[in-house]
Amino acid sequence: MLRVSGFFVALAFACLFAADISITTLDPWTEMQRMGLGVVTPDFTAVSDIGWVLVRTVAFAFCGVALGAVGGFLLSQLFHYGPVRWACAFVRAIHELFWALIFLQMFGLTPLTGVLAIALPYAGICAKVYAETLEEGDQRAVKILAPGTDILSAFLYARLPGVWVHIRNYTSYRFECGLRSSAVLGFVGLPTLGFYLETAFSEGNYSEAAALMILFYIMIASLRLWMRPKLIGLYAIVAPFFLGGGFSIEMSNIKRFFTIDIVPAPLRGEALDSMNTWSQFADWVWFISVDMAVPGIIATVLLTQIALVGTGVLALLMFPLISKKFFGPVGRSIGHGFLVVVRSTPEFILAYIFLQLWGPSMLPAIVALALHNGAIIGHLMGRFSDEVKLRPDHARGQNLYGFEMLPRIYGQFLAYLFYRWEVIMRETAILGILGIATLGFFIDSALSEIRIDRAMFLIVVTAALNIGIDILSRRIRRHLHLSDEARQLKNPA
Amino acid sequence: MKSFVLFFSALMVASILSTTTPQNAEAEAFVFTAIPDQNESKLRERFGKVAAYLSKILGVEAKYIPVKSYSAAVTAFRNNQVQLAWFGGLSGVRARLLVDGSQAIAQGEEDPVFETYFIAHSSTGLKASDAFPMDIKGKTFTFGSKGSTSGRLMPEYHIRKQLNAAPDDAFAKVGFSGNHSKTIALVQSGAYQVGAVNFQVWLNEMKAGKIDASKVSVIWKTPAYPDYQWSIRGDVNKQFGEGFSDRVTKALLSMKDPGLLAAFPRKSFIPASNADYQPILDVAKQIKLID
Repeated sequence: MLRVSGFFVALAFACLFAADISITTLDPWTEMQRMGLGVVTPDFTAVSDIGWVLVRTVAFAFCGVALGAVGGFLLSQLFHYGPVRWACAFVRAIHELFWALIFLQMFGLTPLTGVLAIALPYAGICAKVYAETLEEGDQRAVKILAPGTDILSAFLYARLPGVWVHIRNYTSYRFECGLRSSAVLGFVGLPTLGFYLETAFSEGNYSEAAALMILFYIMIASLRLWMRPKLIGLYAIVAPFFLGGGFSIEMSNIKRFFTIDIVPAPLRGEALDSMNTWSQFADWVWFISVDMAVPGIIATVLLTQIALVGTGVLALLMFPLISKKFFGPVGRSIGHGFLVVVRSTPEFILAYIFLQLWGPSMLPAIVALALHNGAIIGHLMGRFSDEVKLRPDHARGQNLYGFEMLPRIYGQFLAYLFYRWEVIMRETAILGILGIATLGFFIDSALSEIRIDRAMFLIVVTAALNIGIDILSRRIRRHLHLSDEARQLKNPA
Repeated sequence: MKSFVLFFSALMVASILSTTTPQNAEAEAFVFTAIPDQNESKLRERFGKVAAYLSKILGVEAKYIPVKSYSAAVTAFRNNQVQLAWFGGLSGVRARLLVDGSQAIAQGEEDPVFETYFIAHSSTGLKASDAFPMDIKGKTFTFGSKGSTSGRLMPEYHIRKQLNAAPDDAFAKVGFSGNHSKTIALVQSGAYQVGAVNFQVWLNEMKAGKIDASKVSVIWKTPAYPDYQWSIRGDVNKQFGEGFSDRVTKALLSMKDPGLLAAFPRKSFIPASNADYQPILDVAKQIKLID
């Protein structure tokens, strides 16, 4: 474990040399002061209809996650088929924002774009987790069923009840993620929180931005109060009507997307049996690979590796904040408050804020990714550490941390971190939209030139890279015998 | 379990209902958008006025929808989710290439002779000159939006021509600020040493007292080129009745309210045609922004 950790830390340092981490704004402090002032003087009246903005954000999250969960549940029944597994791996390797950008081409700024952008990747994730949960469920009930029991009854009465709690917990965790996703979709123009947040930040109305963020935190913190099982049916009926107005969807736009837009330019309307067409296509692939995909991949990997180690360091620093072993009730509540705020803020928004402060380099992205993911892992480790049993005469303070706790929870920590690796990479790619030269930057450029074919090519490259990291991470976890310990991350509640 | 099944069937029905029924009120409204080249609050104010004006003259509900990027404006026009748009030179050319029969119908009096200003932070020591400032080579440089005419296309064209290199090679660092207001803010703060900005936005912000002349100043003005215009889809007559396109054109050209015009800011609107923007298309093809 130490060897692997050492290797990753060394790699991150090497990446740090190759990365651009300068602060380019000459005077970041003035802007930071203005932001600080905004935080202490939130203006809840600045956005008219602020209530509707929140309702819409919830509605998009709800519809997206619900469709994703149902789709994922159905798919989990077919998960033993290879093609279904691969399709799920593919859809979840593409970030919601990229899906939104794709659906925008087909459906425009309609509610359907936002709902599908959440539902599709979430279906891929849920399918995998549900399938694994069902597989690991207690099979004893199934074994004692009378012979000839039909499959549906066996499933509903014997297999499902045993794992229902896990599935429910996981789905409600997904809903929290869905709220973050929904908020971020506003950055590409859907009428959720991010839309107004982007406007407020870019115009320097920090009091307004602070008000929006505070309401968002309250919404997430109070999730358990209003997300009641009994109310879910009601939400399901009303939520779709709160997605906001849209435009009608034209079939011709959808057809055009599949038959023209995503067809590589050299192949469009050309004779497919001609050598010339294919040599032009080869040039096209070569050009995009060399000019965009390769530099994009390099930047994405550099940033991911640095952010991964940053996440680890911050998680190790932050977990004692909420651990009973280190702090009393008062200290812990402050720690909890801090971690909730940091992990509830989507990386995309954190990076956006730091970019405004420090100017464009990899630094804002590194800090944003490390903070957000560090807080998530710190939270899980803090809870895990509470369950560690110590001798009554155990050491305290630094000695407790270094000689008792760390050795005991280090395996768990690595498992969490490697699970998060793929998530960090997916986010890294998306941060390119903000101007950092990762894959997302080139995808955004292609879309801004209305070259959908190029964008699709690069999105597929991004997905492949993600799947690669996922496989690698699984190998490393297996090599370190971490697989079992990481289960808890998937069922965090 | 039962509630589970009920819940999801309700959800399916409701989402299908809400997303696929065309909203009648909106299907009939005449919707327009604009490229987000400035702060959004400014755009909302400006186009809110335009919507009220068009509604009154045309007798149909005219509605402005804000978008977050230049390409979103083009895509909305292409997908017939807006029928009219206030485009820049490049976004207009792109949009009209994608929509058969669409027309540039009106432009500001200033638009046939539009300019880009190169601006620099005082710490660079760069001074205004009539010749292209060759000394910007090796500095950090920010464009506006990736899809902007005045903030991307024309400056990049001149940079490639004069410095004989792609921007990535000519400068220590290249950024895209997103819009012209931000370009000014970024160069003024020193985040970038040099930037390219729409001259109208520069003059306007200067008038509004938002520019600190001791920190940022104009170092070069590009030769004139055609820029902003109103473009309309070719099929609006089918949707809103014979002669609708002409009526919209007339309404825009007869916009005389100084408050309305000042919001752009333009002195007046004059006729435009697709051919007026041929130079933009040529330049875009030359630097390979359009195939």
